[in-house]
Amino acid sequence: MPESETASPASAATASVDQPLRHQFVLEGQGLQMLLDALVSRGYKVLGPTLRDGAIVYDELSSAADLPAGWTDEQDGGTYRLKKRDDQALFGYAVGPHSWKNFLFPPTVRLWQAQRREASFEIEAEQHEPLKMAFLGVRSCELHAMATQDKVFRDGNYADPLYKSRRDNVFIVAVNCGQAGGTCFCVSMNTGPKVTFGFDLVVTEVLEAGRHYFVVEAGTEAGVQVLADLPHRPVLEEESKAAEKVLAQTAGKMGRSMDTAGIRELLYRNYEHPRWDNVAGRCLTCANCTMVCPTCFCSTVEDVTDLKGDHAERWRRWDSCFTTDFSYIHGGSVRSTPRARYRQWMTHKLATWIDQFGTSGCVGCGRCITWCPVGIDITEEVRAIKETDASTTSRKGNSNGNA
Amino acid sequence: METLERILVEHPFFQGMQDEYLKLLAGCASNARFDPGQFILREGEDANQFYLIRHGKVALEVFAPERGSITIQTLGEGEVLGWSWLVPPYRWRFDARAIDLTRAIALDGKCLREKSERDCCLGYELLKRFSQVMVEHLQATRFQLLNVYDAH
Amino acid sequence: MSTTPTEVRTTATTPEPMLPRPYRVQRIRQETSDTFTLELEPESGGQELEFAPGQFNMLYAFGVGEVPISISGDPIRPAILVHTTREVGAVTRAMRKLKRWDSLGVRGPFGVGWPVVPARGADVVIVAGGIGLAPLRPALYQILAARKYYGRVVLLYGTRTPADILFRRELQQWRSGFDLEVHVTVDRAMGNWRGNVGVVTTLISRAPFDPHSSVAMVCGPEIMMRFTVQELERRGVALENIYLSMERNMKCAVGFCGHCQFGPTFICKDGPVFRYDRLQSLLAIREI
Repeated sequence: MPESETASPASAATASVDQPLRHQFVLEGQGLQMLLDALVSRGYKVLGPTLRDGAIVYDELSSAADLPAGWTDEQDGGTYRLKKRDDQALFGYAVGPHSWKNFLFPPTVRLWQAQRREASFEIEAEQHEPLKMAFLGVRSCELHAMATQDKVFRDGNYADPLYKSRRDNVFIVAVNCGQAGGTCFCVSMNTGPKVTFGFDLVVTEVLEAGRHYFVVEAGTEAGVQVLADLPHRPVLEEESKAAEKVLAQTAGKMGRSMDTAGIRELLYRNYEHPRWDNVAGRCLTCANCTMVCPTCFCSTVEDVTDLKGDHAERWRRWDSCFTTDFSYIHGGSVRSTPRARYRQWMTHKLATWIDQFGTSGCVGCGRCITWCPVGIDITEEVRAIKETDASTTSRKGNSNGNA
Repeated sequence: METLERILVEHPFFQGMQDEYLKLLAGCASNARFDPGQFILREGEDANQFYLIRHGKVALEVFAPERGSITIQTLGEGEVLGWSWLVPPYRWRFDARAIDLTRAIALDGKCLREKSERDCCLGYELLKRFSQVMVEHLQATRFQLLNVYDAH
Repeated sequence: MSTTPTEVRTTATTPEPMLPRPYRVQRIRQETSDTFTLELEPESGGQELEFAPGQFNMLYAFGVGEVPISISGDPIRPAILVHTTREVGAVTRAMRKLKRWDSLGVRGPFGVGWPVVPARGADVVIVAGGIGLAPLRPALYQILAARKYYGRVVLLYGTRTPADILFRRELQQWRSGFDLEVHVTVDRAMGNWRGNVGVVTTLISRAPFDPHSSVAMVCGPEIMMRFTVQELERRGVALENIYLSMERNMKCAVGFCGHCQFGPTFICKDGPVFRYDRLQSLLAIREI
């Protein structure tokens, strides 16, 4: 994947900017706090992981002390809990219920307002404030998720102006994962754990032999400029190796796996597989998975008026293909059963997405598994379908009446 | 007679039938003509013939006291009217009325029934063709029942 | 001759596809008991809406909501924007109550239209069911305006009852032009209807066109379209020469909201007009 060419407004200060891209340096001690300061001084609103209500969520960071130092998470199907670590790692956990789409593709957005003028009306498009955001702590899977949403909202026939302006102005400090999550499978999806593109800066946190430091690399000019403001020195070979070891360990401890070979064709020939009835017996169609999924992009529009009926607004809200009304036309829904809706979500995510956008819609972050109240596991569903693939099973009647 | 036989030979409905059967059919055939509005057959009457429509338009109707006459289907040139002659109790289930001036070949179904009892092959040839007509009507009727144009 | 027309791809000409533009109602015409036609013109300063047959707009009733409706007017007369729709929900009911000089919002045009130009050189069979005649009418206009480029042109039109026949006067005009065959049928009729009775598929076997050199354009309820394709295929029309207009729930019309997905296709931008072979396997899957 290409490197991000995130353009960032040139910073006023800075010393020598001869540091070449992609060379590794080391940040220690107050390095991360100074990074935050450097970003704030450049006018960025810094967002990153913080601890709230028993989960690690993305919120505005006022200082490095807001980071969940010394915490980790235990994730499994329908399970998420925080646990104290025996060190003070700042990024020693996997991903939580939030994803960066919360900021790039906000859950509720006003699109326009309209005012009645006699028999006619006047529409006023929403002028979205240009927002400079810095994302601190972006994982490789999340970079892939953002690239995926770029294809939907920015790079197609039409571009969403809000998404584009936020996305084009965002500064990304990525993190190479030091801790594999209980439901992670980025290795299977080729989306991590190593960050390879799309970042201004990337850090790998290393804790060993009493030391706590970050190996850092710049990926863009903007990243180089910010790095120049921080006390740093070139990396030593053993430090670089230590960082590599962190990544290798993470890659080896994935909580889940998915065999993606031929998955598109597998799902296309199994639309009537009995497994769909099986999962329909468990799925509550609560839509949690679509809310936490970093690539899910469905939305709806709501037209509202004031009581007098003179002022109208159109709002865009997140929506989910799991709702009963999602596919409503002419007095009924096309997908009226949970079976049809779960099948739609999963085949879209893993198969039709490929036809639509050229890549899988799944980045292997595991959020849908963790946050499903009944622990439905997308990797398990794929495995089950593969085991009794239509090409090897006899066609028998199933619950929707097909004979 | 000769003209009738030629008409039957050329008609797509009887395509592929052996010459001897076509001769036999011609022997049971006669020209028929119906003026606009004239009934061709009535519900409840004995069904002893069928018609190859050569020209015109025929409506299959049913009469409901509170609604009047309801047209179920119209048939036109080249189509076959009537299969109740083949199926017990050999009674018409609907009215058929000419809408336009209609010319048809009427075939003596009763005679053909009796001959088919003795010659199974003749029976099969007839049934083979009529079953197709019935299936098409059935399909069309089922489609009609779906009321696809209704607001739901 | 081989007629596998390439798809007509058109993008909206408006720079702001998410903002409705106010259009004034010039005229509302009741077509049947539940169907009406709006004739609209852009408000002062507004540009005329150029469109391809088969495309649709999102129409906004102030404060109520927005619905996708196919454009049913003549593409060479863009000064009047025409939409024919059934009254089926809150938005269309609100639209029905509009009076002359009232405004509604228009976003569009969107979507891929009928292969009118690629069909040149072939016979054209247009099969319409119910309100499906409205999205096909612009294609008919365009074909008749360039009539010499086509072989035989046949319109087969089925509705529920004679009272539901749309554009009656126009149908009669077309028929009397001698260069267009118009066959109309109804699902059921009372005694004084002297036309055809029976489903629209019954018109196909006897319609005068060459199945090996035809392009078929079909629009109507989904069941009707599936049965029509069956009959066309039986008659010998190749599946790559049959086009359908599909419909699904739509909110944004620009491929963002995800609602209109039908398998891997987005009806709003990959359709609504599709070549049948692309949809064949999808149409067979229930609740897809």
